[in-house]
Amino acid sequence: MADITPTTTDQIPAAEVEDVELYHAKSWWTKYVFSQDAKVIAIQYSSTAIAIGLVGLMMSWLMRLQLGFPESFAFIDATDYYQFITMHGMIMVIYLLTALFLGGFGNYLIPLMVGARDMVFPYVNMLSFWVYLAAVGILVASMFVPGGPTGAGWTLYPPQAILPGTPGADPGAGGGIILMLISLALFIIGFTMGGLNYVVTVLQARTRGMTLMRLPLTIWGIFVATILALLAFPALFVGAVMMTLDRILGTSFFMPTIIQAGEQLSYGGGSPILFQHLFWFFGHPEVYIVALPAFGIVSDLLSVHARRHIFGYRMMVWAIVIIGALSFIVWAHHMYVSGMNPWFGFFFATTTLIIAVPTALKVYNWTLTLWRANINLTLPMLFALAFIVTFVNGGITGLFLGNVVVDVPLSDTMFVVAHFHMVMGVAPILVVFGAIYHWYPLMTGRMLDETMGQIHFWITFIGAYAIFLPIHYLGLLGVPRRYFEMGETSFIPASAHDLNAFITVVALLVGAAQMLFLFNIMWSMRHGKVAEKNPWKAASLEWQASGMPPGHGNFGAELPVVYRWAYDYGVPGAPDDFIPQNTPSSGAAASGQEAHQT
Amino acid sequence: MNFFRELMQKPWLDAGGETDPAPGNDIAVVPKATLGLRIIMLVATVLFSLFIISYSDRMVFSDWKAMPEPWLLWPNTLMLVFGSAALHWATVSARRGRADDARIGLLTGGGFSLAFLFGQVLVWQELIGLGYFAASNAANAFFYVLTALHGLHVLGGLFALGRALVKMYRGTALEDMRQSIDLCAIYWHFLFVVWLVLFGLLLFT
Repeated sequence: MADITPTTTDQIPAAEVEDVELYHAKSWWTKYVFSQDAKVIAIQYSSTAIAIGLVGLMMSWLMRLQLGFPESFAFIDATDYYQFITMHGMIMVIYLLTALFLGGFGNYLIPLMVGARDMVFPYVNMLSFWVYLAAVGILVASMFVPGGPTGAGWTLYPPQAILPGTPGADPGAGGGIILMLISLALFIIGFTMGGLNYVVTVLQARTRGMTLMRLPLTIWGIFVATILALLAFPALFVGAVMMTLDRILGTSFFMPTIIQAGEQLSYGGGSPILFQHLFWFFGHPEVYIVALPAFGIVSDLLSVHARRHIFGYRMMVWAIVIIGALSFIVWAHHMYVSGMNPWFGFFFATTTLIIAVPTALKVYNWTLTLWRANINLTLPMLFALAFIVTFVNGGITGLFLGNVVVDVPLSDTMFVVAHFHMVMGVAPILVVFGAIYHWYPLMTGRMLDETMGQIHFWITFIGAYAIFLPIHYLGLLGVPRRYFEMGETSFIPASAHDLNAFITVVALLVGAAQMLFLFNIMWSMRHGKVAEKNPWKAASLEWQASGMPPGHGNFGAELPVVYRWAYDYGVPGAPDDFIPQNTPSSGAAASGQEAHQT
Repeated sequence: MNFFRELMQKPWLDAGGETDPAPGNDIAVVPKATLGLRIIMLVATVLFSLFIISYSDRMVFSDWKAMPEPWLLWPNTLMLVFGSAALHWATVSARRGRADDARIGLLTGGGFSLAFLFGQVLVWQELIGLGYFAASNAANAFFYVLTALHGLHVLGGLFALGRALVKMYRGTALEDMRQSIDLCAIYWHFLFVVWLVLFGLLLFT
């Protein structure tokens, strides 16, 4: 048996990076409300994101009710429908997924996984959450102003987004679009404060021995996604500022000459396409702002629950960095139907196909990680596997749509809806669930209920396919997206209407499963099985923290020292078949381990 | 670069019980606040760059009518030069241990920056008086947006500078203030360069 006990010959160099000066809360308010502790901020971010996400989920139910059973619900009219579409998209992409992955998981996991006591700028971190909360508050407020929220579609394309006739932009009742734009601007300011923390903490506050290439892939994903967000969100900010001025001051940044009801409006000369470029220069990296943390988390879930080191760690890191860089040069594939120089389209189709290479590499590496591994079908593992399948499905239809000739006929159909829901909606949400099942014991000291978790998983996974596979088919039939109702449309067969009804029923069922998940979260906090220390036997540092949940300052009197990467699983001779990152070892253990790995 | 060298490491081979001296050596020598400021400046650069790209995209349309540049913009630019120079002087004084000079440098830098902002408001007043409204032409609108955005960045800097001054007047040791003063100076130089780019853009287009 290999000897992995600490030895006196292990070299532990003196700390060159000074320990952070922790802020200690002086009252209940500063401990739980205006907290500067990243773990509390993470829970605040997550709770707010999930709460507003539930609003987005309910809107999707209302949309599905209309699509499945048109003319059956008097309380849903065309205006409501467009407002639901817009708010659902915006809420899910920005206020839920971005905030949850970066503000939620980022805040909780970065300091713990890099071996830091907290974020480097805790006060700014706290401000980040409160600005985010204000952004969410303004978004919610837009639902209660006269005329309601904007119904311009989540892309907010001008000129229609700010012109009368679009919900939330009518004369005397046009507060919706203004509040949406202000909320977005605030979200970006808040995120920048948080993002600053995530990047500097990863670069500057790692504990001794935690080199960049010993970081868990979760941190790599969050780190690169944060950099993307810091560079991409300004484009949305610029667009939001200029559109606000177009609406309020009557400037013409994006507004062309428009004749409405026989009268020429005061606008003229502006470029709506300019807004589209700005929007998608943000919008496409946004896909990876959500996907990269998901990639990182799923890598860690697979490795821990398959008891095998991640296959091709170095390639996985490079792939994350390369995907991040490439994500800035593919944006115009969202604009093929806006009209562009054919060479321009050719360029963006090519870059879109190229980005599939590092992405596919990650999928191969996940698969090879599982090859001959000791796969435990725990809930986190089930969700991780479901993610891989779903991401591959959504990714493949992305290759279809990345080509101009295929995209043009499919662009305005439900096929696009199915594609982006699979790749950007269902896939990352599956990772969110897997991550919550995995880290819930760390956050609360209790396990989530297994039976409720299994029911939640199978309904969500099978349900998602029962919803979105038929939507692909509807798209191929030519069913257009963004339509309130089809009416008697000759090219759409009656079976499509039956399919729509079926999809709606499944969507409601999947929605109910999410309520069970929320119930499980709350129920298990008090009644869940008490978790043993490091219940998944994971090697990364967060499980070596001072307690479950970790106390203020994360670690004990001394910060841990890191001796290895986070993927020493299935090591012969190691107790419990793994070696935590902070365990030193003698040469015998190392050689045994190297022999195992080669 | 160290970053790329690090990306070449094979972490599965180096688990022999030794730790590296410290994470990210090259990066760790940069103080956290300095790195934070660099990231803020990077984000601000992206923001202004996107506005400039939008400006260049919009100006090719036929309705674009370039604005006159009021002469007041020149003395305003000078105010920013003086502000930047004063903060540089504050930095040098802080390094040489001259607390009073450093304080005067910060005060003077802040004063010139306030004068710059006041001057920009006068320019706005003059242009509006001449009928150059934001809604009249996209060129006007860009002028107001770019100057307002730059002004807001100056205001943000003044907030940080004000906090540093308050700390100094409350008796914080110069040694502990040196980094704050350095960061103020770096940010002011950055804002000056941004203004030069914006002013050049307005002047030559």
